[in-house]
Amino acid sequence: MTVVPINWYLILGAVLFTIGVIGVLVRRNVIVIFMSIELMLNAVNLVFVALSRQLHVMDGQVVVFFVMTVAAAEAAVGLAIIISTFRNRETVNADELNLLRW
Amino acid sequence: MSPVLFGILAALLIASALGVVLSASPIRSALSLVLTLFFIAVQFLFLDAQLVAALQVVVYAGAIMVLFLFVIMLLNLQEEPQAIARLGQRAAAVFLGSLFLLAAVHFLAKPGIGAGTGMAGAVPATFGSTELLAETLFTRFLFAFEITSVLLLVAVIGAVVLAKKTLT
Amino acid sequence: MHAAAATHVSYLWLIPALPALGVLFNIFLGPRLGKGAVSVVAPGVVGGAFIVGCYAFMQLHDGGLVQNVYPWIHAGTLQVDVNFRIDALSAVMVLIVSGVGFLIHVYSVGYMAEDPSFVRYFVYLNLFTFAMLTLVLADNLPLLFVGWEGVGLCSYLLIGFWYDKEANASAGKKAFVVNRIGDAAFLLGMFLLFWNLGTGAHGLSFGEIAAHAKKIPIDTVTTITLLLFIGATGKSAQLPLYVWLPDAMAGPTPVSALIHAATMVTAGIYMIARLNFLFILAPTTLAVVATVGALTAAFAATIGVLQTDIKKVLAYSTVSQLGYMFLAVGVGAFGAGVFHLMTHAFFKGLLFLGSGSVIHGMSGEQDMRKMGGLRTRMPITFATFFVGTWAISGLPGFAGFFSKDAILAEAFGSPNGSVWLWALGVASAGLTSFYMFRLLFLTFFGDCRADEHTQHHLHESPPSMTMPLIVLAILSVVGGYVGLPEHWLWGNRFFVFLEPVFGAPAKEAVHLSAATEYALMGTSVLVALIGLGVAYVFYIARPELPESLAKRLPGAYDLIFNKYYVDEVYDFVFVRPTVAISTWLWRVVDAGMIDGLVNGTAEAVGANSGLWRRLQTGNVQHYALSMLLGALAILGYYAWR
Repeated sequence: MTVVPINWYLILGAVLFTIGVIGVLVRRNVIVIFMSIELMLNAVNLVFVALSRQLHVMDGQVVVFFVMTVAAAEAAVGLAIIISTFRNRETVNADELNLLRW
Repeated sequence: MSPVLFGILAALLIASALGVVLSASPIRSALSLVLTLFFIAVQFLFLDAQLVAALQVVVYAGAIMVLFLFVIMLLNLQEEPQAIARLGQRAAAVFLGSLFLLAAVHFLAKPGIGAGTGMAGAVPATFGSTELLAETLFTRFLFAFEITSVLLLVAVIGAVVLAKKTLT
Repeated sequence: MHAAAATHVSYLWLIPALPALGVLFNIFLGPRLGKGAVSVVAPGVVGGAFIVGCYAFMQLHDGGLVQNVYPWIHAGTLQVDVNFRIDALSAVMVLIVSGVGFLIHVYSVGYMAEDPSFVRYFVYLNLFTFAMLTLVLADNLPLLFVGWEGVGLCSYLLIGFWYDKEANASAGKKAFVVNRIGDAAFLLGMFLLFWNLGTGAHGLSFGEIAAHAKKIPIDTVTTITLLLFIGATGKSAQLPLYVWLPDAMAGPTPVSALIHAATMVTAGIYMIARLNFLFILAPTTLAVVATVGALTAAFAATIGVLQTDIKKVLAYSTVSQLGYMFLAVGVGAFGAGVFHLMTHAFFKGLLFLGSGSVIHGMSGEQDMRKMGGLRTRMPITFATFFVGTWAISGLPGFAGFFSKDAILAEAFGSPNGSVWLWALGVASAGLTSFYMFRLLFLTFFGDCRADEHTQHHLHESPPSMTMPLIVLAILSVVGGYVGLPEHWLWGNRFFVFLEPVFGAPAKEAVHLSAATEYALMGTSVLVALIGLGVAYVFYIARPELPESLAKRLPGAYDLIFNKYYVDEVYDFVFVRPTVAISTWLWRVVDAGMIDGLVNGTAEAVGANSGLWRRLQTGNVQHYALSMLLGALAILGYYAWR
């Protein structure tokens, strides 16, 4: 079996990351923006694991472990913020959450 | 893994990722994300990262996405007509995103990334197993591990405080 | 100059320190402990300074006593320390300042007894004594200047003591501003002197100046001494900077006695006497000094003739007598100048305190036209006032006779003097006698012209006020006997005493023949008697004469009565333009330009930030976009490298 070169994995990760970035910039629903961020995190995870396999060390996978943990914590807190914001402002539209405007 | 298999998996991944970003309804976006996570778990398996793949499915797809779905359903979000931003912002985002992709590819397509035998070389049988991961985690990454537990405590407290209903 | 070496002692600092302690006591404990405590402490510290001064006087020898109190300025070539020196000259000054000062402090206790700001008065008075003692004890020019400024400050504070009246505050301001003009010249002279004393570290101590002064080119010395003299004209109220002294009468009378008769105004004379070795090198300056002194003496005397306020007469008299002292030092008779300074302190202090007693008894009245006949109602005041008047007129037997005579003899006979200077001096003596006896007759003789109410309250002053009068009267009589003319009895012991300081000049290079001296003496006595006689005629025998004379010469009368309109001229020429420029600077430069610049900068910053804050749209996606832009920039940079 011919081997998949590392570059393909990296480029795949980059494409997924870019899709996530565009999602953050383009969508209005705050929760969907959040999900796009999760997508970006996963792209990075993919890159880490691929490089870990490339370099024959476990460090990459350990980092993925931590990324997952932090993503979980971040998701919990972020969603709690969204819930309390929704309670106060009745909206999850990013355009309408602009109190920090000049 | 053969390149063909990789290509199929990659196409599916990109499709479901686009599904996350382009779906009108938040529920559909969430479900697309779950699908994406599954496909990434499959990629992990092909990269000899068994434990991480399992964790991906159990923690990420199983817990975090469920949390997302709970919140979406709690807030009773519907399909929105103006789900996507104004044209100007859209154009700028796509343009800059493409630039970014081009720049990334410019760097990532270079040969010679990583030393040694690389993907072709064999790895020990225990590579990616729970034991090896644990061994690395509890020796060289012990401090980060301990700090992360504190981080989780803080996150739990934060989430509880923030989501509590204020006394009216 | 002094061949003998100075002795180092350690008690000289007490002399100024005691009054300084009094200041602190009066400020912090005075209000709490009340008038009784202050009226003991304030004169007490001055008396203490007098006792230490007497002790130093008895220890005095040819080389002088010095004390290095502490190092003050050590900056490169400028090394100035706080050093005190007692030699013959400063011993005389210390005794005068602390002695007469003590008497005036005691007098003030009685005079200011009813005043609500009793404590503040003694704070200022003690502060003044401290500054004056520093001035006379200083061993170097900068320290002298510190005292110089200090007495100027206290003069301002005390003239404007009753500051709720605008006129008093203005008088204080006027004194300070005019003084300042003199001080500016003084500073320039000091700087020039320092600059020209050569390289190497020095601190303008008098010893150093004496040693190196001869090296300075004569033109520079003339400039330096002229500048210093201008400073002296400011402080000692000579032409043209005398205008503040008559206005200074707005202050309490003991202040006028102490500051504007006995001590502060003599600072100019003291300074010139102190720097006699410097002034001798500049004969031009000395000629200027003598001429200004003589002219001032005559000028002020003419004004004093027509004044109606009792204190104003004495003020112009002071200006005139100071002119005499400058005349003396100007012809090189430093000893005579200091001699007259001493006797003047006695009798002018006495006269001012006496007038204060009169004012006190007359419930505040100062216009002589409303006085009269006080001889019987205020006997002690009259007796002492008579002694003072006799002394200042230079009539034989009392202190003024000997000192004035010494000056006139020098003016006539010294190589630097001239007949004209002597003539001006004699004319002034005649006028002095006239206006002083005029004052005496108007105030104490004749019928009382005051109203019912004032007459009813008319009383002699309490002992706290009359005792100093008596002491000063005694001094006005005997004080002159230390300086008898050369061939009489023990001769001039005063000049002998001052020899270590002035050298040969103290003994004066002039040796007039006995005949000339008697002739001069006789002339001045005659002139004084004529003055007395005319005054008697005008104000006792034929009181209608002054008015008819005034009616026949209205032009002259108006001119003199209005003090030759000098104040008005100064106002027009100097004050108004300065005020106009100041107003312009205020409105255009300060409020317009500087404030405009500062406020403009603030507004510019505000406008600028108003522009840039539009970046904060509040939309998170915009922020994420800019982050992406940043990441692209970094990637681009690495891609292009």
